[in-house]
Amino acid sequence: MSALLRLLRSQGVLVALLLLILFGAVRYDHFLGPFNILSFVRYNSMFALIALGMCFVIMTGGIDLSVGSTAAMSSVVAAYLSPFGLLPGLLGGAAAGLGVGILNGLLITRLNILPFIATLAGMLAASGTGLLIAHNESIGVSYDSGFTDIGQGDFLGFPIPAWLAILAYVLGSLTLNYLPFGRNVLAVGGGEDAGRLMGLPVDRVKFSVYAFSGLMAGLAGVQLAAQFGAGQPTEGVGWELFSIASVVVGGTLLTGGVGSVGATLSGVLLLGLVFNILNFENGMGLVSLRAHWQSILRGAFLLIVVIVQSRLALRVRRKA
Amino acid sequence: MAVSDRPASGAAPGIAMQLGPWLSRYGTLAALALLILFNFAVTRNFATWQTLNINLTQVATIVIVAVGMTLVIASGGIDLSVGSLMAIAAALAPLIFLNRIVTFPSPYLGVAVAFVVPVLLAGLFGLFNGWLITRYRVQPIVGTLILFIAGRGIAQSFTDSNQIIFTVPEFQFIGLGRFLGIPIQVLIMAVIVVLAAWVLRCTVFGKQILAVGGNEAAARLSGVRVDRIKWQVYTISGLCSGIAGLIVIARNSAADSNLVGLGVELDAIAAVAVGGTLLTGGRASVFGTLIGALIIQLVRFTLLANGVPDAAALVVKAGLIILAVWLQRQVAT
Repeated sequence: MSALLRLLRSQGVLVALLLLILFGAVRYDHFLGPFNILSFVRYNSMFALIALGMCFVIMTGGIDLSVGSTAAMSSVVAAYLSPFGLLPGLLGGAAAGLGVGILNGLLITRLNILPFIATLAGMLAASGTGLLIAHNESIGVSYDSGFTDIGQGDFLGFPIPAWLAILAYVLGSLTLNYLPFGRNVLAVGGGEDAGRLMGLPVDRVKFSVYAFSGLMAGLAGVQLAAQFGAGQPTEGVGWELFSIASVVVGGTLLTGGVGSVGATLSGVLLLGLVFNILNFENGMGLVSLRAHWQSILRGAFLLIVVIVQSRLALRVRRKA
Repeated sequence: MAVSDRPASGAAPGIAMQLGPWLSRYGTLAALALLILFNFAVTRNFATWQTLNINLTQVATIVIVAVGMTLVIASGGIDLSVGSLMAIAAALAPLIFLNRIVTFPSPYLGVAVAFVVPVLLAGLFGLFNGWLITRYRVQPIVGTLILFIAGRGIAQSFTDSNQIIFTVPEFQFIGLGRFLGIPIQVLIMAVIVVLAAWVLRCTVFGKQILAVGGNEAAARLSGVRVDRIKWQVYTISGLCSGIAGLIVIARNSAADSNLVGLGVELDAIAAVAVGGTLLTGGRASVFGTLIGALIIQLVRFTLLANGVPDAAALVVKAGLIILAVWLQRQVAT
């Protein structure tokens, strides 16, 4: 029984995701059509990248509020560099994100500032910098240099952004499960003082996860610029809380020490699907569900997940 | 040698020891005073009644929200839903005083109901936050994230995502009116600040909030009804958000559920942090929060008034938050 509970706890999101896909497939004609699937994964790969970084940060017991505005700023940098080709745009955007992540990491480990406050400042700084270098406007990307391929192109018939996200999640999962760094991340989240006493490089681990989260946000910014053809300094508002929600829906505890990379991906897809299904529902023309239902339903999903998790956690604790 | 060394080495920590508590108590106030002096010297037309009013009216809603946030943070929690709760109150009020829900026999009755019901509804949602956090042991960030996401959708569903424009002086006096030359919203802010400071400093309830934030287990063992304290502070935070939401729409003559209170949670948390309240709970200052909000506002005003673009002001604000929190750490240790 407790094995079943544990399975539900770890794979509950996956089950919910599959049920939602089944619902969509039965109800809507073109739900499983290639067009819908491909555009869905292309768009949501941005959020998947950000949520992966957030997942690692949260596993150490921290939080990163800067990801949304970091992505926005990186999209501007990538757009400026896009005339020079794919690689400069990609690397420039990624480096801009990494820079914010490094700054966050330094504030948290060197100055001992709480992650919530440090990354709140990082958020303001990234947002301000993005607006400054873009002069408060969208910056169009170059369509001649091949830069947009990274967002709009396909490889083996599958969107390149999705390949990127898959690669990131495979590497992330391997790191978490098989490398010492992954164990250190969970150990730091489980108890920082205990980790320090065991001789773990606590500060290095914390610094690394924020740098990584910044890098992922930077890559998401590159995607934003490449997919939509413009660096957008005002985008990304609320992305940080959306990605935190994805991580939580995936069953990663905000107290740190527990987490799953795969379940985070399920969380991203689950919350993304809510939007997708709403679009289909509107397309059927029977009812008109305005966009605000998206936030209400997402909130409701989060509520259900949180309550179910809490009940399961209590029960597992009682059995143990 | 040893003898002559003693006074020298004894004097340095002596001054630091005297300076430490002084800085931690009056440091933010000193910073605010310096900022004002700087403006007197540099910013043109700073010493006018109008400048004072502009800054105070701009900061009033943030302070009102931040006061509720201070109590929540003092109890060891956090409330991300404040902006969405502002939007809920802001979207509901015009529906009431424009007679869209029920027709009131007198416009004054409609306005009176429009003051009370939206604020109570916001308080009710705050209570929901508290219930979720205590009943299901959900972390405050996650518990209030739910209404952060869903709350704005609820507000938008009230108005079908449309902006409602109105001119109802009976209602709008809270955003536009003045009493003895002072804007009403500033008076409301002042009353809320003083009330909350008194509650936190002088009442049993205030001490219990700090006890819960300082050490929850110890508070529970010493007989504090921890869960009740928690749902009370989240309810208060919801009520404060509701009031702030009403002031915003009264000022704008319009209720836009997409925009009211957007991002205010972070402004409020920043004000609380700069004001010297411990973000981990257990130590809080409502007046500190007021000063923190004033500093952030005044820095932005100073930069804008001297021709620095708004985007750069954001970067400066980031640095300011870090500096304030870092200084407080240095003083504390």
